[in-house]
Amino acid sequence: MEQIFFYILAAVVVIATLMAITARHTVHAIIYLATSFFALAAIFYLLGAPLVAVFEVIIYAGAIMVLFLFVIMMLDTGKWEKAHGPTFAQWWPALLLGVITFGAMFALFTVKTPESLAGWSYIDARQFSLILFKRYGVAVEVISLQLLFALVGALYLGRRKKQ
Amino acid sequence: MIVPLTHVLILAGIIFLMGLSCAIAWRSNLIMILIGIEIMLNAAMLAFVGGGAYWKLVDGQVFSLVIMALTSSEVSLALSMVVYLHRRKRTVNSDEFSAMKG
Repeated sequence: MEQIFFYILAAVVVIATLMAITARHTVHAIIYLATSFFALAAIFYLLGAPLVAVFEVIIYAGAIMVLFLFVIMMLDTGKWEKAHGPTFAQWWPALLLGVITFGAMFALFTVKTPESLAGWSYIDARQFSLILFKRYGVAVEVISLQLLFALVGALYLGRRKKQ
Repeated sequence: MIVPLTHVLILAGIIFLMGLSCAIAWRSNLIMILIGIEIMLNAAMLAFVGGGAYWKLVDGQVFSLVIMALTSSEVSLALSMVVYLHRRKRTVNSDEFSAMKG
């Protein structure tokens, strides 16, 4: 049952991301991307990571995409984007690189496939936070410093100069 | 593990390649480059969570949380930089920003 859900969600993620990267308008791309992130959060839950799934919905689909939407609506660049979408001349290097890399990856996995371990790993919030704050306490401190730096940098870049 | 690790890794690879193609094909639009980077980081997170589920370790999820924090700070900085650049030249076309003097 979970396997079927995984493949359905994987198809949703791939199709939504494909629509997002080919959309002509940036706002449409953001909406498709939010769909893709919701499906990805469900995949995280199926892989036994409920906390990461919740964070994915709150931070990615909630905060980051809304931040993108705010900036796009503030800048109002729709007209320029409609006229300046990528042409085929801009798509083919990306397609070539993608096909080559995918072929290499596929060949690698058909030669050597890791067998699947039995059992179902479900890591709840208690285990997760024990490991996070006991073993990776320094990492949490570094992350908080990094967020502070980002805040100060964004404030510095976003201020208006007095005339 | 409900599905083989290979399938999770192939899905992560497909998502990563789509993000890479987005960043390459839309290289004249600053915001779409950022969206491509977002998609690529999500693929990395999926690979981490899949590995953590395969070896039954919490560390993969911890690292995906670290990636999430990194992404949020990166996006806030990059978007404020986009706003700054747009205020300077009234465009988000990356070809316009080829000079150092501001």
